[in-house]
Amino acid sequence: MSSPQPSDKYVVRKEYAEPIEAPDLSLKSWLRWIWRQLTSMRIALILLLLLAIAAVPGSLYPQRSADPNGVILYFKNNPDVAPWLDKLQLFDVYSSTWFSSIYLLLFISLIGCVIPRVGVHYKALIAPPPQAPTSLSRLPAYKLVSDKKNKLTKAEKFLKARRFRVIAEGDSIRAEKGYFRETGNILFHTSLIGVLVSVGLGGALSYTGQRVLVEGETFVNNEAGFDSFTPGLLFDSKNLTPLSITLDKFTTTYDYLNPNNYGRPLDFTANVSSKLANQEPTAEVIKVNNPLMLPNSKVYLTGNGFAPVIVLRDADGTVSFSGPVVFLPQDSNLTSLGVIKNPDAQPKQYGMKAFFYPTVAKLKTGALTSAHPEIINPLLTMNVYVGDLGLDNGIASNAFDLQTHGLKQVVGGKSGVKGIQLERGETATLPNGLGTVEFKGIKRFASLDITYNPGELYVLFFSILTFLGLILMLIIPRRRVWVRRTEEGIEIGSLAKSKDESLDKLVREVAKAMKKKD
Amino acid sequence: MNSSVVLNPELATLSRIIVLAALTIYSLSFLVLAWALTKRAGAKKAKDAFANKLELVGISLMTLGVLVHGAGVLTRGIAAQRVPWANMYEFSVTGAFVVTAIYLVALIWRDLKFISTFVSGFVVLIIGCANTLFYVQVDSLMPALQDYWLVIHVSVAILATAFFMIGAALAAALLMKSSKFINNSKLKGVKLIRNVLKVVPKNEKLERQSYQFNIIGFILWTFTLIAGAIWADKAWHRFWGWDTKEVWTFIIWTIYAAYLHATTTRGWDGKRAAWLTLIGFTAILFNFTIVNLYFKGLHAYSGL
Repeated sequence: MSSPQPSDKYVVRKEYAEPIEAPDLSLKSWLRWIWRQLTSMRIALILLLLLAIAAVPGSLYPQRSADPNGVILYFKNNPDVAPWLDKLQLFDVYSSTWFSSIYLLLFISLIGCVIPRVGVHYKALIAPPPQAPTSLSRLPAYKLVSDKKNKLTKAEKFLKARRFRVIAEGDSIRAEKGYFRETGNILFHTSLIGVLVSVGLGGALSYTGQRVLVEGETFVNNEAGFDSFTPGLLFDSKNLTPLSITLDKFTTTYDYLNPNNYGRPLDFTANVSSKLANQEPTAEVIKVNNPLMLPNSKVYLTGNGFAPVIVLRDADGTVSFSGPVVFLPQDSNLTSLGVIKNPDAQPKQYGMKAFFYPTVAKLKTGALTSAHPEIINPLLTMNVYVGDLGLDNGIASNAFDLQTHGLKQVVGGKSGVKGIQLERGETATLPNGLGTVEFKGIKRFASLDITYNPGELYVLFFSILTFLGLILMLIIPRRRVWVRRTEEGIEIGSLAKSKDESLDKLVREVAKAMKKKD
Repeated sequence: MNSSVVLNPELATLSRIIVLAALTIYSLSFLVLAWALTKRAGAKKAKDAFANKLELVGISLMTLGVLVHGAGVLTRGIAAQRVPWANMYEFSVTGAFVVTAIYLVALIWRDLKFISTFVSGFVVLIIGCANTLFYVQVDSLMPALQDYWLVIHVSVAILATAFFMIGAALAAALLMKSSKFINNSKLKGVKLIRNVLKVVPKNEKLERQSYQFNIIGFILWTFTLIAGAIWADKAWHRFWGWDTKEVWTFIIWTIYAAYLHATTTRGWDGKRAAWLTLIGFTAILFNFTIVNLYFKGLHAYSGL
């Protein structure tokens, strides 16, 4: 397929495409051989394909970075295989040793390939177009025209008008254009290094934290203020910008206009007050595609739901628990599941597993469900468990999960007591002298993500450079043209660096230009 | 966007009918073009006059089809009060329109008639799948999709896919033309294919043409990736998070990057590069179908 390339200099790193000479077994030559191999185009190509293949498992297995709950679930469902897969780092593909080795090798190869080219290109930029090869007729585009009717000066003029760099010496012309192709190529590859470095450094200096805020609650930006906090390797929590955010109001809008789209969410809006240190609070709006930009942090709206306000009283009327409880949505109509723990109850600690239905409806099976995501006919149902909640031993426990092992169920299930069902404003008495439970009201909550990544802007900057470089290197043709007078006539030959369709056309145009009369 | 968007289901139904009309015209075009190919295969000379006429009829039908199809895409957008590419059905229908339009426009500059049967067949397949498997009622945008990046990111992804598709068709032609099996087999069916391939240009030309479509596809794909990252930073609180769709966008980008290296590496250009094109395009189809429907991820916008 490949046609002979007449100009050796013109093929990038051609020497590596040729067979390696008989090996000299010294260490130095081995290293040199490895380096040559690594920086060859063929190895870059193979590493790219390897990288593509290596990225696949990350889409097949849940990843700790993107879907931590998926990983937990996978372990639960496949207890035999999961630990083995974990040993192969299949749940952390993109930070795994094997994935990292491939892209690091690729970048070493890239650096080794690009750096020498910077020097070569610089020399080409300041040097005149190269001398013609011995035989122009072997070039991919060639034409021989008569000496009598044609003028070399015309060819020179034509090529100059076409923005070629032209050197005319006696009976021959050499011309070249499209230097930006290589400039773009180098820009593309070096900017890729920029992207990698800024992704890496940015990630190390970044943090991301989650916080669930119920209407009226305030969050203060320090590590303890987050529900979960993931700092980068180099992040110092002293660098957290002092600020506070209060969720004033959370509003949802659903579609009621269009029958076949009825009840679908159209908008989520969190009205917040944000306050920086020593400043007055300002009213702000956060939406799904509209994060709140604060100095060194961005606040995103990632989820929402209901937080029923619950008051628990002991038998003697003492309030042992009071406040909104965040319930996690289970479906699109916001059937929500919540856990209430009451360690301060007297005489015994107890916990509850509760469901909240904003608009309750009964399924054919008799089970309850929510028929609509907004509050029309809200209902709270709960089962009660008595026993040591395990909150006093200092071990952190999941606020959204009640470990019922070791607890005694006294309401719902097989306990013999029917599950409690409360409408808004109602109070029920708990069995065994546990006291009462009141469903006092309903608030909304918003899940917020607070992130900071100083590398972001640099990633964007280098990505744009990469893109510009890519356009230059792929669109601009690099061409050389030689015109010279020989005994047979005037020869025109042209050579391109890429698969160039219009090379013949260019040669014809040069021939035509030479013919023109003054 | 707010709660005042009024969808127009009647117009959406009309749009579906128009798209089906376009599908019918494309199917006719496909049949005529396939007939032209068999005529050509039977003819002694490569340039059979009757086959040429049939080809012209086929291409004209395709042009009529794309006009009707365009009306279908437009009415869907008006019915939904937004860009017509927010779920799998709309992406397929709009994508098929862009593929055909780009192909027909490219015909003005390049003689690519030899892949016309392939293109019309492919478009028939996409619209057929969209109509039977992916069809959803016209709907309003969920909050995550309400952003101007939907217009930019997705439209450029559609364009990139269209260019890659034509690049892949040309690569397939190259591989068939240089296949030892097709060139040597004595089976009757294969002989027919061999005759058909007589009208296909030389390998060098196919390689160049495929390359030209692929580099435009690659530039557009790179843009899709960067635009997607900018949008992800806005909507998903990080610019890159190895979501399944992000993973596959990256895989496709890497395959085509390998392809670009292959075209300038001796021993890898020609057939091997053509194989890489086909692998890349298969990954695109996989990303659009299997990943959309069966992989868990944030890009859950198929509407199914």
